Amino acid sequence: MARQVAMFTDVSLCIGCRACQVACKQWNQLEPEEPEWTGSYQNHAHFTENTYRLVRFIEEPADDKVEMRWHMMSDVCKHCTQAGCLEACPTGAIYRTDYGTVNINQDICNGCRYCISACPFGVVSFNHATGTATKCTFCNDRLHNGLGPACAKACPTQSITFGYRDELEVKAKQRVEELKKAGVSDAQLYGADQGGALGGLNAFFLLLGSPSKYGLPENPRLPQRNVFLDSLYSVGAAVAVGLGAVFAFRSRGEPDKARPTGERA
Amino acid sequence: MSLSRRDFLRYSGSAATGAAVGSRAVNLTAVEAAAANLRIKEAQVFPGVCPYCAVGCAQLIYVKDGTIIDIEGDPDTPHTEGALCPKGSSTFQLSMNARRVTKPMYRAPGSATWEEKPLDWMMETIAQRVKATRDATFVETATVADRQVTVNRCEGLAWLGSSVLDNEENYLIAKLARGLGIVNLENSARLCHSATVPALGATFGRGAMTTSLVDVVNADVIMATSNWAECHPVSYRWVMKAKERGAKIIHVDPRFTRTSATADYWVPIRSGTNIVFFGGLISYAIERGKYFHDYVAHYTNAAFLMDPGFKTPADLDGLFSGFDPEKRTYNESTWRYQLDGDGNPRRDLTLRNPNTVFQHLRRHYLRYTPEVVERVCGIPRAKFEEVAEVFCSASGREKTATVSYALQLNQSTNGVQQIRALCILQLILGNIGRPGGGVAALRGHSNVQGATDMGTLYHMLPGYPAMPLQGPHPTLKAYLERITPASGYWVNTPKFVVSQLKAWWGDAATRENDYAYDYLPKREMADAYSHQHFMAGMRDEVVQGFICQGQNPAVDSPNAKMVRSALRNLQWLVVADLFETETAQVWKEPGVDPASCQTEVFFIPAAPAAEKDGSLTNTMRLVQWHRRAVEPLGDSRSDAAFIVDLGMRVKRLYAGSTARRDRPVLDLVWDYKPEGPKQEPDMEVVLREINGFATRDIEAADGRPAYRAGQHIASFAHLMDDGATACGNWIMTGVFPEEGRNLSARRERARADDYLAHEWGFAWPANRRILYNRASADPSGKPWSERKKLLWWDAAAPGQTAETKGRWAGGDVADFGAFIAPDAPPATSGAFKGVGGTDPFFMLAHGKGGLLASVLDGAFPEHYEPFESPATNLLSAVQNNPVAKRWQLGDANPLGTADRYPYVLTTYRLTEHHAAGTSRHVPWLSELFTGHFAEIGVEMAKSLDIANGDMIIVETPRGRIRVRAMVTERIKPFVIDGRTVYQVGIPWHWGWAGATPSARGDITNDLVASLGDPTTFIQESKALLCNVRKGVD
Repeated sequence: MARQVAMFTDVSLCIGCRACQVACKQWNQLEPEEPEWTGSYQNHAHFTENTYRLVRFIEEPADDKVEMRWHMMSDVCKHCTQAGCLEACPTGAIYRTDYGTVNINQDICNGCRYCISACPFGVVSFNHATGTATKCTFCNDRLHNGLGPACAKACPTQSITFGYRDELEVKAKQRVEELKKAGVSDAQLYGADQGGALGGLNAFFLLLGSPSKYGLPENPRLPQRNVFLDSLYSVGAAVAVGLGAVFAFRSRGEPDKARPTGERA
Repeated sequence: MSLSRRDFLRYSGSAATGAAVGSRAVNLTAVEAAAANLRIKEAQVFPGVCPYCAVGCAQLIYVKDGTIIDIEGDPDTPHTEGALCPKGSSTFQLSMNARRVTKPMYRAPGSATWEEKPLDWMMETIAQRVKATRDATFVETATVADRQVTVNRCEGLAWLGSSVLDNEENYLIAKLARGLGIVNLENSARLCHSATVPALGATFGRGAMTTSLVDVVNADVIMATSNWAECHPVSYRWVMKAKERGAKIIHVDPRFTRTSATADYWVPIRSGTNIVFFGGLISYAIERGKYFHDYVAHYTNAAFLMDPGFKTPADLDGLFSGFDPEKRTYNESTWRYQLDGDGNPRRDLTLRNPNTVFQHLRRHYLRYTPEVVERVCGIPRAKFEEVAEVFCSASGREKTATVSYALQLNQSTNGVQQIRALCILQLILGNIGRPGGGVAALRGHSNVQGATDMGTLYHMLPGYPAMPLQGPHPTLKAYLERITPASGYWVNTPKFVVSQLKAWWGDAATRENDYAYDYLPKREMADAYSHQHFMAGMRDEVVQGFICQGQNPAVDSPNAKMVRSALRNLQWLVVADLFETETAQVWKEPGVDPASCQTEVFFIPAAPAAEKDGSLTNTMRLVQWHRRAVEPLGDSRSDAAFIVDLGMRVKRLYAGSTARRDRPVLDLVWDYKPEGPKQEPDMEVVLREINGFATRDIEAADGRPAYRAGQHIASFAHLMDDGATACGNWIMTGVFPEEGRNLSARRERARADDYLAHEWGFAWPANRRILYNRASADPSGKPWSERKKLLWWDAAAPGQTAETKGRWAGGDVADFGAFIAPDAPPATSGAFKGVGGTDPFFMLAHGKGGLLASVLDGAFPEHYEPFESPATNLLSAVQNNPVAKRWQLGDANPLGTADRYPYVLTTYRLTEHHAAGTSRHVPWLSELFTGHFAEIGVEMAKSLDIANGDMIIVETPRGRIRVRAMVTERIKPFVIDGRTVYQVGIPWHWGWAGATPSARGDITNDLVASLGDPTTFIQESKALLCNVRKGVD
């Protein structure tokens, strides 16, 4: 595999302009969609089949201690090291690329939607026109031709950066330290650690405050992991039932001494 | 021009050349097998420039099989590094858009439908209409003081050029319009940034941003008084970089916006009270000794002694000396300096004399105390003092601050003075002409600066000479005497004016006929012909025919409902645009019976920037050339093709006329070589004329090289006043210094030793990137400090002649006489007459920054309340600007009072939409907001029982609109003099003709009154009063 690449989205530099959202649409030629009222500048409410980058707008009112803040966070597929979608995909349509990103082969996808429920971030959407699952491709075509993703290229304030994962991780950690020194005490990374949640996210973030503020799970986990545990329970239950049956059948072979009719139970 | 494969690699930023593509360079190994999958791989690539705002992001346009397949940022661009905002990122959809009109359309009087017509028929009919209206409304002579004056003025025609059209197109419009005698000539700069020109001009010498966006990174403090992050997102890159380097960011805005969210300090300010805040800062800097004394004493007019009769509002309760209450104007006879025996202003460099400008300034702003700031602006005193300390710390030798402003200051009945106040603040802190300093006048459209420079404005000619008035300027001699000052660089005015007359009327402009000066239309008076004036003229049926290119006055005009009804009074209307705008559809506005509108309407499908050659001048005076990547779609054509074609046809219609009044049309030089399938004119021919050329062989003299007839002129210093040179716009001279070298088309990345990137495009004047940069050195010519050095006097360098030594050197082209030594006394003659070695503001008559300047409504900025205000003026007994303009439009321009309209209303724009709605035809942009909305605060919403998302009615005495309420914490009430005042914020992009339901809505400008700043007649759309109620009735 080639060296792992990543995107680092630094919320402290984001101005919420949505260049990333539109640059993504332009490069990938995604259909426009009629917006819905979300109560804020945000549109759309969620990732959709035609919206792979989504800027979330979160107002944080002032209180006695802090002045008002308005967070803008450009969300995207995390290209997880342990990718729920990939693991759930029964056809092998979802694969890991040479650069460690996660992609959906549109020719193979059969539209079963297992990946949609398997994603802890709600990233994968069902495209009704093609009958397949879609999401951010990390601009796979650009990536494999030596170009970075369209969103990172467009970003006016370099809030989204693209590069080798190990280098970006170092840079992200430095940035957190700088911010903390400057008094931004709640600066924190999300998904930057390799070996952290989901083995590390290959699109990771610098957040100002807890992940839940941004609609991100505090401790993202794969549904499959739960499925696995559940399946263990199921297996256990099945074993118990089976054993029970075996014992039952076995017991049939023996005369039930308690039965009044005795022999042919 | 298409590019070679090598260029493709460079422009695509591929790993092969190691160019940065994302935000950092990553040397990815290209996977050859996948290479073919990249859809732009085999495409041709053309240099483009974003057609939206004035940051001017350079783009790369990828074309395959004659079709645009991708448009993205050019990573080499010094001021953007390849970034684009959402609008720029969607540029593809301006070309590739099912809503593009590609056939000419005609709407007959009273008809309910468009009909397609052949382009030739359309053009010929339009030419006939132009001629008929011109002939019917032409005024050849006027009587002025019992004297017949040739005025050659046509009042029945109006023309809107456009700040989204190229320089060359605006130049052609100005030339043809003036040739036809049109005085009603404007572009949208009038409505957005017109106050900028006199404000910056009177204070510094030129009506343009003083610095480069790239240089913002060098600021120690940045004070945005505009919504910088939202309205100019890509340039905000440099603000964020400065912040990463430790700069403090202050944002002054009535609303908490995306800029406030990234700032260190948000200063909420009641709309319309900026002068009080800036005045408070000026006073804070002076009283606490924070100003830069040496800079102020030597580089501003602070030391000049004023006439003892000069009085300010501090003395006269809100008025300056000389106010005439009858005429509501100022007699400025006391607004003058005391002169010494040589006619120079008397000075006191200690600044202590009570008659110095400095002491007047000090006394004037002593009234602007922190307490007054709190009571008038609603800025808590503690917040003001905290911010004042931070901002005023960026002064002196070691530190600088950059400020930005845009429409919050411009769009006001004292817009010029609001901007002046900010400029004065920067001058006293010593922040002009120095790295990390400056005034960033952030322009809104791709070519507001260029359209202004090219003179598609009623009051000026290309390059800023005033449009002549019939009274004071009946002859060339009188005109030049009146407008040419005795000292400062404008002493060269006759060279600029005569060269322009030669460019327009060629051989017909001779010494004997005063270079055809009579051909230029003469204005009847100063109070006429602006955008708002001629919309009122349509209402009164004085203006009968109207050509509207690249602007949408049905949506963007103040009092827009009145304007739409005025447009329906026209006999004929030509709209050239990409999409069917509300202006084009004014006859079928919802609720209007088309049969009631007898206006004949011609729609000419236009071409976006990607489909034509030309140059755009961005907000920092950077002229960038873009190429035609594909032919205009269908029957659409560039605006240049339309103008050139119209000009040729009108000239043909007049052919054979012997009337004197028709000579300006017939003699107009009009040879632009239309060629190719679309008969597109050669735009480099136009640029050459703008740049200037020799009309005959010229011998070398006075440091000027020899020129052959026809040769391009290399510098405006070589222009002549005897007809030997022709030059369309002197400030642009040097952009095309020789055949084959169009410097605006240069695209060389910034070098490590040239952060200002002098080989990227061309910045007027003379490729200077930071204006007034002489001020970056101290009076003796040394940089004020190592940290802030830019230019210095190199005494050992070879001088102008073999015998002399010394010249200005450093990191920019000197915005000064390159060989004027720091100790040089004021020159007694020549191009720099009156300019001495310590006169950085050498465009002004005395070479000093104008703390005090003569502007129609005052010598210093004084606060007056907006015409609609919830407050009584606390500073004086004068409530409103006493010399502002209020149009008398019968019942169409009523003003509201706070008892019936209790809420402060402010209007603005959003990142994702653009101006009057180009973005509403772009689906990728239209999907980003659900529809038209108003932002209101939580408390106000509660008091009116309005929930987030409810539909509401917003009403002023001029109109009412239905919008959705966005209830937000970001809109806060103000405490004004102890009373709570709520505000309402409404973006103004919407109209009925959008692409999708989310792109259609009521027109915000229906709410705005017909009021004007006295100098530029810009409207007051930032501070109004309104009422709000829940419901949709």
